[in-house]
Amino acid sequence: MAIEAEENRRDFLILATSVVGLGGVAGAAWPFIRSWSPSADVLAQATTEVDISALQEGQMITVPWQGKPVFVLKRTAEQIASAREGDKVKLPDPNPPSKDAERVKRPEYLVVLAVCSHLGCVPQPIGTGDFGGFLCPCHGSHYDTSGRIRQGPAPANLTVPDYDFKDDGNTLVIGKAVG
Amino acid sequence: MFKSIMEWVDARLPVSDLIKSQATEYPTPKNLNYWWNFGSLALFVLIVMLATGLFLAMHYKPDANLAFDSVEHIMRDVNFGWLLRYLHANGATFFFVCVYIHILRGMYYGSHRSPREILWWFGVIIFFALMGTAFMGYVLPWGQMSYWGAAVITNLVSAIPVVGEELVVWILGGFSVGDPTLNRFFVLHFLFPFVVFGLVILHMWALHAVHSNNPDGIDVHEGKDTLPFHPYYTIKDLYGVGVFLMVYLAFVFFAPNFFLEPDNYIPADPMKTPAHIVPEWYFLPFYAILRSIDFLGSFSKLAGVVAMGGAIAILFILPWLDRSPVRSFRYRPLSRQLFWVFVLDCFVLGWVGYNPADATLFDGALPLIVIGRTATAVYFSYFVGLWLVTVLKIEKPKPLPKSI
Ligand code: HEM
Ligand code: FES
Repeated sequence: MAIEAEENRRDFLILATSVVGLGGVAGAAWPFIRSWSPSADVLAQATTEVDISALQEGQMITVPWQGKPVFVLKRTAEQIASAREGDKVKLPDPNPPSKDAERVKRPEYLVVLAVCSHLGCVPQPIGTGDFGGFLCPCHGSHYDTSGRIRQGPAPANLTVPDYDFKDDGNTLVIGKAVG
Repeated sequence: MFKSIMEWVDARLPVSDLIKSQATEYPTPKNLNYWWNFGSLALFVLIVMLATGLFLAMHYKPDANLAFDSVEHIMRDVNFGWLLRYLHANGATFFFVCVYIHILRGMYYGSHRSPREILWWFGVIIFFALMGTAFMGYVLPWGQMSYWGAAVITNLVSAIPVVGEELVVWILGGFSVGDPTLNRFFVLHFLFPFVVFGLVILHMWALHAVHSNNPDGIDVHEGKDTLPFHPYYTIKDLYGVGVFLMVYLAFVFFAPNFFLEPDNYIPADPMKTPAHIVPEWYFLPFYAILRSIDFLGSFSKLAGVVAMGGAIAILFILPWLDRSPVRSFRYRPLSRQLFWVFVLDCFVLGWVGYNPADATLFDGALPLIVIGRTATAVYFSYFVGLWLVTVLKIEKPKPLPKSI
């Protein structure tokens, strides 16, 4: 009886010590793990300003934001119409924003992250894909003139970043200042 | 003099004993064929990679602004830098040649079966570590293929439900592949081969605990069926190294860029993806499997990643899928046929992976993706088929010899 109690006591002590020890190790590991997350200077590149006053209808530019390319397209009337057509079909990714009106702040400007939702390649410029939009060359995903996935392995529409216009619409501000 | 020094050492650390029991007098089956050379060849390449890599690291700069130029500096300015780099780059290719043959050898002769499962597991873990090392190494020259290969592969992580997206940012150290990514990949690429070296020691420990299998796949009688490792297999392994060096160095000196992509001599451009991203040849079959799963809608991405990982991870359970009482396919006609279909299928997958995703054959009549899906199905069917023909005893093994 006494021996059994002694054993239970030992088991308990070993268990308690191990748990505390493991907790300590986990706590000590945390700074190492966190050191891999984006550092302050990376986070500081939160916004990009682009002068879009010279952009012609049908013209597209690629601008870097947080190290990632962003397509800024000044859409023609046909491109807008074709995007509105797309509202009527069953889309592979119906999650909002999926209606063209939800995806643009001004119908003539399409601003989307040029990062394919499949595996992150940069799709090719406007007009390369079926549906008049962008073709991702890596594994053949087709996006339409609203940057929505229409065909291919990509699971989601191109992301619409936070953006705003200023200076009477001559400047585009991509991203949100942090802090 | 030498003898008395050795006696002094042995009294304190039994070195001679270890060398005798584990190397020179280590009993080895006398019927091992040349497929048994590829383990020692893999070890040889590992040492070459450690040596060349170490000296390359003394001139390389892991900085997004300097990396590409530092590699060109190695190629043009550093004395024999071109040799170090070409040895290292082609070494990766021949490492995979050796390891693939080594693995297929094990699959054919049943070297993974009891009692060698743990030995086999260490092998599969080494293979995973090797793929990780090769992938991160390829990022270091910071060319277009480096950059976009890294972008595509790290993005695979985002397929993990819930935490995937955050995990990618954590791995990259930013919102896209960039300087922090390059820097940590360099450190890990430096570290991993030493980890692999440790794993190889465990692999060898497991081997020496259960001893080598042999082409007949039967248990051997020590003494009657075995030869001391030295001089019989030291010589044979050295001969293998000689032949291997002729092939390896022929590429290094006469076609050093044969396995390298021209696009990787263009500096990385985060704003522009090359028209056709191809991984290194040794990843092609798995890349093809990844791309073949495109018919499951929004699940495609996750399913593709799982299939790709599973294609390798399935090797872990191979020793239990094969239920035959006989190890070696020499005596198993049906399994042997399945095996060669499997090998052929791996080449088909590689070829599919090499071509653009939307390529077609016969003027569009046959999309490549269809071949890719079929070949993926065949790949996994091998493992299921092997299990079925052995568990249902469909295969009648030929009689085994009494001894080798
Ligand atoms: C860095 C990579 C590797 C090195 C340096 C290495 C080294 C070796 C060496 C020297 C041997 C003994 C000689 C021989 O039988 O060929 C061996 C045996 C073996 N290896 Fe590996 N190996 C590596 C990777 C692998 C991998 C990836 C696997 C399987 C997935 C594997 C599975 C085996 C098996 C099953 C044996 C026992 C062979 C037998 O007795 O039939 N090895 N390894
Ligand atoms: S990354 Fe765009 S289709 Fe795969």
